Amino acid sequence: MIHVRGLARRFQTRRATVDAVRGVDLDVAAGEIVGFLGPNGAGKTTTLRMLTTLLEPSAGSAEVAGHDLRREPAAVRRRIGYVAQGGGCSPQGRVREELVLQARLHRLDRDRARRRVDELMDRFALGDLADRTTATLSGGQRRRLDLAIGLVHDPAVLFLDEPTAALDPQSRAHVWDHVRALNADHHATVFLTTHYLDEADALCDRVLVIDHGRIVAAGTPAELKRQVSGDVVEVAGPRLAALAEIAGRLRGARDVATTADSVRFRVPRGDTALPELMRALDQASVPLTSVQVHHPTLDDVFLAVTGRSLRDDAPEATRAA
Amino acid sequence: MPRDTLLVFRHTIGPVLRSPVTIVISMVHPVLYLVLFGPLLENLVRVPGATNSWQVFAPGILVQLALFTGGFAGFALLPDLRAGVVERMRVTPVSRTALLLGRVLRDVVVTMVQAVLLLAAAAVLGMRAPVAGLALGLLLAAVLSGALSAASYTMALSLPNEYQFAPVVQSLTLPLMLLSGVLLPMALAPDWLRVVSWFNPLSYAVDAERALFLGDYAATDVLVGVLVVVVVFGFTVVWGTRSYRRRNA
Repeated sequence: MIHVRGLARRFQTRRATVDAVRGVDLDVAAGEIVGFLGPNGAGKTTTLRMLTTLLEPSAGSAEVAGHDLRREPAAVRRRIGYVAQGGGCSPQGRVREELVLQARLHRLDRDRARRRVDELMDRFALGDLADRTTATLSGGQRRRLDLAIGLVHDPAVLFLDEPTAALDPQSRAHVWDHVRALNADHHATVFLTTHYLDEADALCDRVLVIDHGRIVAAGTPAELKRQVSGDVVEVAGPRLAALAEIAGRLRGARDVATTADSVRFRVPRGDTALPELMRALDQASVPLTSVQVHHPTLDDVFLAVTGRSLRDDAPEATRAA
Repeated sequence: MPRDTLLVFRHTIGPVLRSPVTIVISMVHPVLYLVLFGPLLENLVRVPGATNSWQVFAPGILVQLALFTGGFAGFALLPDLRAGVVERMRVTPVSRTALLLGRVLRDVVVTMVQAVLLLAAAAVLGMRAPVAGLALGLLLAAVLSGALSAASYTMALSLPNEYQFAPVVQSLTLPLMLLSGVLLPMALAPDWLRVVSWFNPLSYAVDAERALFLGDYAATDVLVGVLVVVVVFGFTVVWGTRSYRRRNA
């Protein structure tokens, strides 16, 4: 549904040349939910703006929803939906009018526009808000309207830029539900950017990690986590030294560390290492009081592939567009 | 394209219809000139062919109205740019020219409502002019305000920061107004000032409006003024469409 080769974007400012995106390759299959993960300024939004025809690429090629991005931008626009980070409602516009306008801009005739808007107002629980101006909506209501606007023409691909930034936890969960339902019921392809690891983890079939304008890792959330760090096993008992010694002899165990009341070590897969550990401890008659397995988060992945935590935003690239 | 233009027009005229007061607010300047400055000219200016000075002053104020309402039109785009409305529309198949023309049409309609009110006020103050001249004068002012509003939107789209818009527009509209002979005919100006005014498209519009209000339809001033205004309109629309297409690109 999306095929991108060597996509790049260079910004020329008076003082410097900024390569916001430096040659991105990516493929998204029909029906996938793919997350574009990276800190602020990594090039997420710039890539998204190129893929949605808002920004001319400096180099590279892309096919979006079956049309060449650079040669047929109008055809691409007909088949994609885009929800920007800040949405896109006129502050003075009214909920229903905004939806109808968007439907009409997408060339739906009056009747089809009305039916489609009724359907979406229903699905996104906007019925009671029809005549409210968008400036008076809460954050969660606004986001639902933004999503409905992006979906008005039943796009083949939906682009979401930071869909849950600045939302309360309950509204975030709602947005996730809507995106999942959209994907399950309507087989929509969804391409979203996020800098929330839990969001990528909870929502995406596949994650692309972008940093300094390049894709530095790609895979399912589970693959990425497995490939990068393995699981951390934490065991406790009265004889910590003996525990540490036996743990160190397990297949694939590394980074064994003894703290005041426990022993921590890494193994490629915690679930298969545990039975082996139990047997070894049993044979040596070393008592065990507790066992915990910690699965790595995408935060660990990010740290491993970029050398810094996702929360330390790169200061030099805060303004990418 | 005409369908898209109407869609954008209806969308942007909505807030104006809901609070028509906004129409009056942006015509305060020209009205003040008309009421507080116009009477000073009654005993000062004698124009051959005119029944009184209003016939010369009112057309100038009409151009001033088009300048202010059109020139400041870009202000209405700033909140929409900030809220992402423009981007949202740019990701639809809507024609880029329509994105511009729909808004320009709104400004032309608003300017015409204001112009009719303004001319009515001028009539109360004592202006007398042929009806055909008034109608043609309004038509020319409509195209002029369209050209200026297209230019104003282009600037709003092109400036890197929205807070630059107000100072830029203000520093352009004032010299455009003073150099067009809106308040007093440029015939009173010393040579160097008159030469400078030749480079101001608005001075041709003012000359044409004055000729029309005097009923002098065949005057060269009318032909030149119409040509200048139409060419400027065409230029600003092409320029504005390009900035809608290439914004940030």
